[in-house]
Amino acid sequence: MSIHVKLNKGANIKLVGVPNRITNVAPDSEFYALKPSDFHGVTPKLLLKDGARVEAGTPVFFDKQDERVVWSSPVSGEIEEVVRGDRRKILAIKIKSDNQFTAVDYGVTDLSSIESEELKKKLYTAGLWPFIKQRPFDVIANPSDQPKAIFVSSFDTAPLAPDYDYILEQKSADFKTGLKALAKLSKTGKVNLNLPILKDVSFNETEVFSYEDASGKSHSVNFHTANNSPVSSQGKTALNAVIKKYSTPSELFTKSDDVALNTFEGPHPVGNVGVQIHHINPINANEVVWTVNVQDVAIIGSFINSGKYTPKRTLALTGSEVKIPQYYEIRLGAELKTVLGGGLKDAEENPRFISGNVLTGVKIAENDYIGFYHNQITVIPEGDKMELFGWALPVQPEKLSFSRTLWSWLVPNKKYRLNTNLNGEERPFVVTGQYELLVPMNVLPVQLIKACMIQDIELLEGLGIYEVVPEDFALCEFSCSSKIPVQTILREALDLVKKECA
Amino acid sequence: MKFLENLVENLEPKFEKGGKLEKWFPVFDAFATFLYVPSHTTHNGVHVRDAVDLKRTMNTVVQALIPCLLFGIWNTGYQHYRVSGEDALHAATFLDMILFGAIRVLPLVIVSYVAGLATEFAFCIVKKHTINEGFLVTGMLIPLCLPIDVPLWMVAVATVFSVVFAKEVFGGTGMNILNPALTVRAFLFFAYPTWMSGDKVWISEIPATADATAGVTQLGKWASTIDVKADVSKVNEIMESTFSTLDLFLGIIPGSVGETSVLVILIGAGLLLHTGIGSWKIMLSGLIGGLSMSAIFNVAGANPFMSVSPIDQVFAGGFMFGLVFMSTDPVSASQTEVGKIIYGFFIGIFAIMIRVFNPAYPEGIMLSILFMNVMAPLIDHYVIASNINQRLGRAKIHASH
Repeated sequence: MSIHVKLNKGANIKLVGVPNRITNVAPDSEFYALKPSDFHGVTPKLLLKDGARVEAGTPVFFDKQDERVVWSSPVSGEIEEVVRGDRRKILAIKIKSDNQFTAVDYGVTDLSSIESEELKKKLYTAGLWPFIKQRPFDVIANPSDQPKAIFVSSFDTAPLAPDYDYILEQKSADFKTGLKALAKLSKTGKVNLNLPILKDVSFNETEVFSYEDASGKSHSVNFHTANNSPVSSQGKTALNAVIKKYSTPSELFTKSDDVALNTFEGPHPVGNVGVQIHHINPINANEVVWTVNVQDVAIIGSFINSGKYTPKRTLALTGSEVKIPQYYEIRLGAELKTVLGGGLKDAEENPRFISGNVLTGVKIAENDYIGFYHNQITVIPEGDKMELFGWALPVQPEKLSFSRTLWSWLVPNKKYRLNTNLNGEERPFVVTGQYELLVPMNVLPVQLIKACMIQDIELLEGLGIYEVVPEDFALCEFSCSSKIPVQTILREALDLVKKECA
Repeated sequence: MKFLENLVENLEPKFEKGGKLEKWFPVFDAFATFLYVPSHTTHNGVHVRDAVDLKRTMNTVVQALIPCLLFGIWNTGYQHYRVSGEDALHAATFLDMILFGAIRVLPLVIVSYVAGLATEFAFCIVKKHTINEGFLVTGMLIPLCLPIDVPLWMVAVATVFSVVFAKEVFGGTGMNILNPALTVRAFLFFAYPTWMSGDKVWISEIPATADATAGVTQLGKWASTIDVKADVSKVNEIMESTFSTLDLFLGIIPGSVGETSVLVILIGAGLLLHTGIGSWKIMLSGLIGGLSMSAIFNVAGANPFMSVSPIDQVFAGGFMFGLVFMSTDPVSASQTEVGKIIYGFFIGIFAIMIRVFNPAYPEGIMLSILFMNVMAPLIDHYVIASNINQRLGRAKIHASH
């Protein structure tokens, strides 16, 4: 039985720098890194020392809390360095690639005969377990659990998010296998795959797409030309056809086996898997749901099909500062600079490199490594400049506000080049009613955040702490007049509840 | 402008931790951030932020109050010349009225801001807090909800009292239970009642020669019918002298400085609703509450005050001003969306009930909002409990399967 959920709350933030639907293979990185900070709540214990020889798939470290969960090297080579910070905390394990990409052979898995416990064991010994996360708390799943459901969201509605239909059509065989494997791990025997009814497609001005006209002839059409051509023209017909094509979910998703399909519509955060779970099968106390990113399903599938852990990801390079926003195929843990070959636009401001999207991503340096889970890099300008009477002027075309105190509401379709300025200072909670418009769940967002601040665990349980993760509240943090770090507060409260209730 | 930027940047180290003037950082910060949006950037979490902040929010509310202020200035002048006799009224130009009004209204505004901000600054320096923008709105609301001739020292005393005891002792902006501007009004009302009620305070400098009823407000007239209710002819006489619905709507009548004109209040309400800063739930449910209570009184009809039409009831006195600008104060109002509807509705009910049942307090909206400010956390408590119970109920149903 398929459920359709229509959500009204939330908002889409439109930014400059939509990726063109072209995939380049990024040049091989000299070094690859595993950064423990990508895995919340994990205490890494090393299995190998500096200089040790590794293959792709050789376990490198494990989690102190659960020794079964290991992380494997994404490439072959040797461990160059274990980078440590304060109190010898491990910041990164740097692996120098030998450019051979040889891998440990774990053997092809026959999904029709393997038991679920055996499959789990195979996944965690080869280092694929970190791809499976659990709700509540948004941490890596416990292999001993049997989740009441496994959820996968087939779409991402965050700003400049990658188009997963486009990415996964190139990896359909692996994706299908991955779904089949996950279905074995769920109590229901199925994966809950959530689709949009129609995706909100956006194009880069420079994007060129191919279009077949009525007679079957193929044309190359430039988005900018087509978009600015008269309504009755062929350009518009082509554009409409392409929008229709890209906004309809791929048959890869709609015709999947081993899944329970549910459909969604609405603005961001409708693509967040947590919001979807809330409406399909909400999490009560003592219940566990697993989630896997849709592209990680294909990584798991590739391992099942080949028996080798050679994790590759199609990454969207996005943002206003990128010269040619497009997709890159990378190996996990690659250096950021391998995808920056196209260069950045000339700008007065320094660039901010974000591994992930602007709502939930992590600030990284230009010489840093791409985050383990991230399917997107966003580059935006820094906003470290003072601005005269910036709080008073009503017309500031470069600024966006969900409130109508600025005139940005007059141009709802404008794409913005937003910078990282806070646009104010942190203040106590004053304005109410803002968060409620942005959280499409039956929770009281302000009261929940206040309960987080006072660390009242019983109240937090009552208000639904098990159903939320920081990303679901990212829009609240964006729009907050008092500039309250909502996601950090929520993350700390989740950690507290996890510690106290575990 | 580069000069100013450099000045701010050069001065900053002196006020920072370890600097000579470290103690005065809140004051420096208040002025520097008034001039410039600081260069603070995001670090983790959301990397881009909405352009709205508390300064812009408060500034928008102040903007919404400007029409009331300007109208109040003119009306102060107009009312003065009106009661000074036909000749004086004819001789006075528009500019005369503005001038007369400005000389009396602007000192109220200045005193309220200076007294209030000085108190806030002092608290922030002692407690090492940054100075919040909340008082920008309070400072404007205070003069607009007072009678024109209230002595300036009273305003100063009441403002200091309110900032200290209604706001700072609770933890400052965002933590107060009562609306600070209404606390000022209530303080003056109970401490100096002769300056806050009666028929002489609403118009500046009423000449002795003026008609005895010239300075009586609509609420005063309605209330006075209760004292003479045995004498039908007197009641009729009073009811005939009351202002028409149109008078009440336009607001060219005696009253507190900014409260008289429903028309200009609606302009402000429009801005608050359009920007989303004022809650439409509170305003609408408050209006419905006021109209319903008046309608119920109409049915009862025990005295002429009860028989006043619902529209006249909500247009008269400070009902609309209080509902639009004071009940919607997000800090002292109910903070849940369902709670806002209940909170607003009861403000409307009680405002009309107080003014009709107890003519000693003709301005029911003040007490009604303060009362509901106190009740708001209770309303929220039950709304939150209901959300928690829904979740528990869901878990139980699930467990029983």
